[in-house]
Amino acid sequence: MNGIHDLGGKHGVGKLEVEEDEPVFHHEWEKRAFGLFFGVAPHGFFNLDEFRHSIERMGAAQYLNTTYYEHWLHAYETLLIEKGAISAEEYAARCAEVAAEAS
Amino acid sequence: MSSAHNRPLSDPEIRVKALESLLVEKGLIDPKALDELVDTYETKVGPHNGAQVVARAWTDADYKKRLLEEGSAAIGELGFSGMQGEDMVVVENTSEVHNILVCTLCSCYPWPTLGLPPVWYKAAPYRARAVSDPRGVLAEFGVDVPEDKEVRVWDSTAEVRYMVLPERPAGTEKLNESELADLVTRDSMIGVALVQAPV
Repeated sequence: MNGIHDLGGKHGVGKLEVEEDEPVFHHEWEKRAFGLFFGVAPHGFFNLDEFRHSIERMGAAQYLNTTYYEHWLHAYETLLIEKGAISAEEYAARCAEVAAEAS
Repeated sequence: MSSAHNRPLSDPEIRVKALESLLVEKGLIDPKALDELVDTYETKVGPHNGAQVVARAWTDADYKKRLLEEGSAAIGELGFSGMQGEDMVVVENTSEVHNILVCTLCSCYPWPTLGLPPVWYKAAPYRARAVSDPRGVLAEFGVDVPEDKEVRVWDSTAEVRYMVLPERPAGTEKLNESELADLVTRDSMIGVALVQAPV
């Protein structure tokens, strides 16, 4: 692959920004996104290489404009649906329910 | 069930909640087990582990030799092993060589010794420039490597995880192993900082 993830040497991808004493997780949802990997991985829907590859398939603009754990979310959504663990329809429906409940 | 939020959820919050609830319903995940893992990586696994490895290497020449020859085994002697640390290579900073680590393709990082990586390590600017302008990156981190000193950049592959063995600073001869470990920072084990002697 020659995707955007192959960042070594690229220009124009922004300035180095370092947050002093940054927390391990910046949001509660990031903790859940992290933890999900270990719940899902043992079921064998995908391996770590497929996980990385699903992120590499994201598309350059989306890849650069989303955060690290948003990449993980993209991986779960892509692979769990591709592998049939969940359906796109039930996932979309659940997202709509969750959003409605909160508003 | 009333929501505890008094604001709409963000897009990632919605997606995480939706995924988690679906997977729980299908009996695929146990949220309590996930809570424990999160807690482990948030509070227990971290650079204090790697600092112990460094302090041991500074004070025990045989250990240092083993560490540089077979990183995983030597690190394992101190009880640190596991996910994202299965294949460790430790590279030594000396008076001739300064080492810096990166994963240009994603975020590969030695979890058992350093914990989870900081955002800057995983983000595009560092991944892009660490390999093409390491001295510039180091200067931005406040590390000025003399022109005649070699800089080696180690780009992690999918399997190998690197860790830098930083130089022991002068003025630390009287410190014990535990006191030495307290000086070792995460950034010094990535190679974007030097270990400072106590003032």
